[in-house]
Amino acid sequence: MKRTAVALLFFAFLIGAWELAVRSGRWSVVLLPSPIFVAEYIWGALLDGTLLESTWVTLKRLLIGYAAGVIIGLPLGLLTSTTQILEDTIGSLALGFQTLPSVCWVPLALVWFGQTEGAMLFVVIMGTVWSVILATDHGARNIPPIYARAARTMGSEGLHKWTRVILPASLPFLVSGMKQGWAFAWRSLMAAEIYVTILTGFGLGHLLHYGRELNAMEQVIGIMIVIVVIGLLVDRLLFSPWERFLHRRWGTNVKAA
Amino acid sequence: MESPSTDSLTGNPAKLIVEGVSKRFTSSRALVQALDDVSLTIADGEFVCLIGPSGCGKSTLLDIIAGLTKPDSGRVLADGKVVEGPGRQRLVMFQESALFPWLDAFGNVMFGLKLRPDLTRAERKDIANHFLQLVGLEKFKRAHVHELSGGMKQRVALARALAPDPQVLLMDEPFAALDALTRDQLYDDIQRIWIESRKTIVFVTHNVREAVCLGNRVVLMSPSPGRITTIFDIALPHPRDINSRDLAGDTSTIAAALKGTLKEAAFE
Ligand SMILES: Nc1ncnc2c1ncn2[C@@H]1O[C@H](COP(=O)(O)OP(=O)(O)O)[C@@H](O)[C@H]1O
Ligand SMILES: [Mg+2]
Repeated sequence: MKRTAVALLFFAFLIGAWELAVRSGRWSVVLLPSPIFVAEYIWGALLDGTLLESTWVTLKRLLIGYAAGVIIGLPLGLLTSTTQILEDTIGSLALGFQTLPSVCWVPLALVWFGQTEGAMLFVVIMGTVWSVILATDHGARNIPPIYARAARTMGSEGLHKWTRVILPASLPFLVSGMKQGWAFAWRSLMAAEIYVTILTGFGLGHLLHYGRELNAMEQVIGIMIVIVVIGLLVDRLLFSPWERFLHRRWGTNVKAA
Repeated sequence: MESPSTDSLTGNPAKLIVEGVSKRFTSSRALVQALDDVSLTIADGEFVCLIGPSGCGKSTLLDIIAGLTKPDSGRVLADGKVVEGPGRQRLVMFQESALFPWLDAFGNVMFGLKLRPDLTRAERKDIANHFLQLVGLEKFKRAHVHELSGGMKQRVALARALAPDPQVLLMDEPFAALDALTRDQLYDDIQRIWIESRKTIVFVTHNVREAVCLGNRVVLMSPSPGRITTIFDIALPHPRDINSRDLAGDTSTIAAALKGTLKEAAFE
């Protein structure tokens, strides 16, 4: 309760300072709109449906791309952790591509797929899959070998070993890997939406882009706030339950790790 | 005192036969002869302690008996059959707790039971409850692993190893990381369980008193290369008290022999 109050107070202070800065008149209101205008924009966009519609468009792309990235990345990461050849090939490929900022995939995506949903998905998957592979690989490697040995003596082998020992044992790493994958997916989608204009749907990135073209700073700032809020909500809804579960079971604070 | 080839429990058939087992490891710099032509016969229902300085191949020998490691030469027979890999009849209890953190205490004990298709679900639950009770942890069946103390973890590990009803229990310094009071308690528990179940137990330790307290025989090993030096019969009746004076004679004999192996090793 007390922590919530402190956080609320802090944000109230920030907004107050912002409003004061606007009122001081030192900056043009075109560059720095009042928080009231921004709130009005968000409210208006909520009422006329643009905000919900583009949020939906964005989330749909995000979920599909992220799911594909995880479905491809998880098994690949498990494979690279066990097979030397795959580690030397796919593993080093992942290591290389992971250092590439995902926005760098946009030109390639545009040439290959044109201004289509496919280009969007491609960028999101490329942004996600490498970090998921690396995190899974790292996780499976860090399982104490004693777990596998104990399981073997009790007669666990093959599929049973993978599903009942390796997978649960690497769960803490998988969750942090999927969380990292999520962060990358979200960033790459925003990059893609800002750079790729497509007619099959306007996402939040597009609203941001048009806000700048129209010099509507209240729209730019409003959308930025919405993007932050969505990121926080997803973290709460998707990952917090897992982290709490791990925290209870392993007795470690996964968030701090 | 010395009886390298005969069983102390005369009449019992051999449960485990280790025949001329050798094993070397090549690490990055050196070649280690972990075991050199080791032979040992262990009778059914016997409690054998392996003792020796660290690095003399105790864990390696235990792993080979378990089937977790393959010997370079020689073989291990369990019930007359060559050991090719791990088997439910020979369960291992490790020094550090190898309990699975994603399962609670009950789930850990159930793990091996679920791999036995011959049991019904109800039977598995009954057995798991029985063994948790046997190690005095029925109140903690829903506890997560990290909530248990070191001694409690090893008790759960013991229950997990006993539950699938193996004939042989292989224990690799299971109490080494525990405080003395907890350990004393566990000496009583393991002897009680052994007397009741008459399982064959191979128990690795580097603590002489512990070995004398528990074993029918104490097998002394020396390092580089790993060999069996001497086998001591401990004639005292079970259960034995770790703090009893009766242990003093055997303890000092074996401790002196152990020192000897260390000096020898230093010479080479
Ligand atoms: N997997 C391994 N790789 C390389 N060397 C090993 C390995 N396992 C054991 N050794 C070596 O073999 C020798 C015996 O080890 P171990 O059986 O663990 O001894 P103990 O349990 O008696 O302390 C040691 O010198 C150890 O360093
Ligand atoms: Mg050892």
